[in-house]
Amino acid sequence: MATRNPGDLAAERTGPGAVAAPEVAAPGVVAQTRGLSRSFAGHVVLDDLDLEIRSGKFLAMIGRSGTGKSTLLRALAGLDRDVTGDLTVSAPVSVVFQEPRLVPWKRVGANVSLGLRASDPRGVARSALDEVGLAARADAWPLTLSGGEAQRAALARALVRDPGLLLLDEPFSALDALTRISMHALVLSLWERHRPAVLLVTHDVDEALALADRVLVLADGKIAHSADITLDRPRDRDHPDLVALRIRLLTELGVATRDVD
Amino acid sequence: MSVSTGTSASRRGSPAEPAAGAGSLPIAGVTAAPQARPGRGAPAGRHRGWLRLISPIVVLALWQIISVTGIVSQQKLPSLTTLWSTAVRLITTTSPTYGTLQGAMAISLERVAVGFAIGGSLAVILAVIAGLSRFGENAVDPVMQAARTLPLFGLIPVFIVWFGIGETPKITLIALGAAIPLYLNTFAGIRGVDGKLAELGQVLGLSRREMIRDIMLPGALPMILVGLRQSLGVAWLALVVAEQINANAGLGFIINQGETFLQQNVIFVALFVYLILGLLTDYIVRLIERRALTWRRGILET
Repeated sequence: MATRNPGDLAAERTGPGAVAAPEVAAPGVVAQTRGLSRSFAGHVVLDDLDLEIRSGKFLAMIGRSGTGKSTLLRALAGLDRDVTGDLTVSAPVSVVFQEPRLVPWKRVGANVSLGLRASDPRGVARSALDEVGLAARADAWPLTLSGGEAQRAALARALVRDPGLLLLDEPFSALDALTRISMHALVLSLWERHRPAVLLVTHDVDEALALADRVLVLADGKIAHSADITLDRPRDRDHPDLVALRIRLLTELGVATRDVD
Repeated sequence: MSVSTGTSASRRGSPAEPAAGAGSLPIAGVTAAPQARPGRGAPAGRHRGWLRLISPIVVLALWQIISVTGIVSQQKLPSLTTLWSTAVRLITTTSPTYGTLQGAMAISLERVAVGFAIGGSLAVILAVIAGLSRFGENAVDPVMQAARTLPLFGLIPVFIVWFGIGETPKITLIALGAAIPLYLNTFAGIRGVDGKLAELGQVLGLSRREMIRDIMLPGALPMILVGLRQSLGVAWLALVVAEQINANAGLGFIINQGETFLQQNVIFVALFVYLILGLLTDYIVRLIERRALTWRRGILET
């Protein structure tokens, strides 16, 4: 099992159950799945799922827990080799996990430049840390960072690799509400500057509404609903369109919405 | 015993004491995983260090009293003052029977160093092979587990047949004795590295070499250091045994000679030297520990 290199363009993974040769992705598409399925011990988590991620787009995926959001993300990240169906990823991928996953015995700067193939990894790491407002902590040990700082370092580590596809696996769920709001602003500004395609997995409908161009609802291993949001950012969460969409999404998720508005 | 002062003072913030002492081979994975100990401030730690000195001092004082008052005869238990003058004599004069104490010490140290270097590096290489793949584990681990159960000193006659009575059987014995605890702890340490970090390494596209260097070995380091200390303990033990067979130099040889000439005080002096050397190597490993595991002290400092 070869280690996957993020610089490895057009990394193409085809599960054991794949029948047809994978189609060549259309231009502008950084990742695509066709009939993607995954089950754990007979329990189907992803069921014949089709998904297309276009370059530069910010997708948010919501769903109840256990609906396979993280499974899909892990498949796209190349961390799950047991999926079946077609999966094509044609851009370098970076991942930010739910927990920062900083390597505790490497200083923050070294964490950002870990495995980086660049002529000046330290300098690149510095400027990435600068972008997330952590330049001053480059020489700190990860265990001394606050939760928000650690997650910002993880973001810097993901961005420094110039990903065409940035996968965010509930990266803000462990942060307090205030930190989460400033992280939303940070992610948006980084996205606007670097323009990777983003797939944000979250269980927070408001987070999805605040950030994404398109919100996908995952249910029963399939994309059950998809909604585009064209409002400019930063968005007013009380905008009538968002209020309506929030109710719609919560209904899709099977949550009672009587008291939402 | 100024050595034990340093040893106990350096204990703060270092991994837990190995479960098995110098004399016993540890069982796979049973060694306590080192833990960071938050909540123990620096002043409390220093205070504790001094407290730890009390019991050894009491033991030494009792020894002196028992010996001087004649409760146990000087022949069986020489007084500490006698031992001191014996040590001075062994250091300042070259006797045909014993050579010099420092000469013997140098020879013993060299044997341990060579044996440990060979055994230790083999152990780490084998543990990396076994730790990183199922194939490696199947290839290496059964043999090492079997070797662990072999009575180390039962191999002496075999080694004498194979290697004669020179340095080789001694070095081999020390190397084998040192290799096993280091292997077991390193292997357990590598297997204990957070799978999420390995996954991260995969996502970051680390090469196999980078994975070993940046993730696996540093992650296993706390366990490796526990293994190192056990390993050094066994190495010293193996040295004593090895040197009492067919040696014509070294600390074990001095003990043998002391036995032959019924000079109990010489035997005790040599034993004290072993003790001091053992504590000293342990102390060095603790110093390494303090340097290498600075990242963990981050929790304590904030």
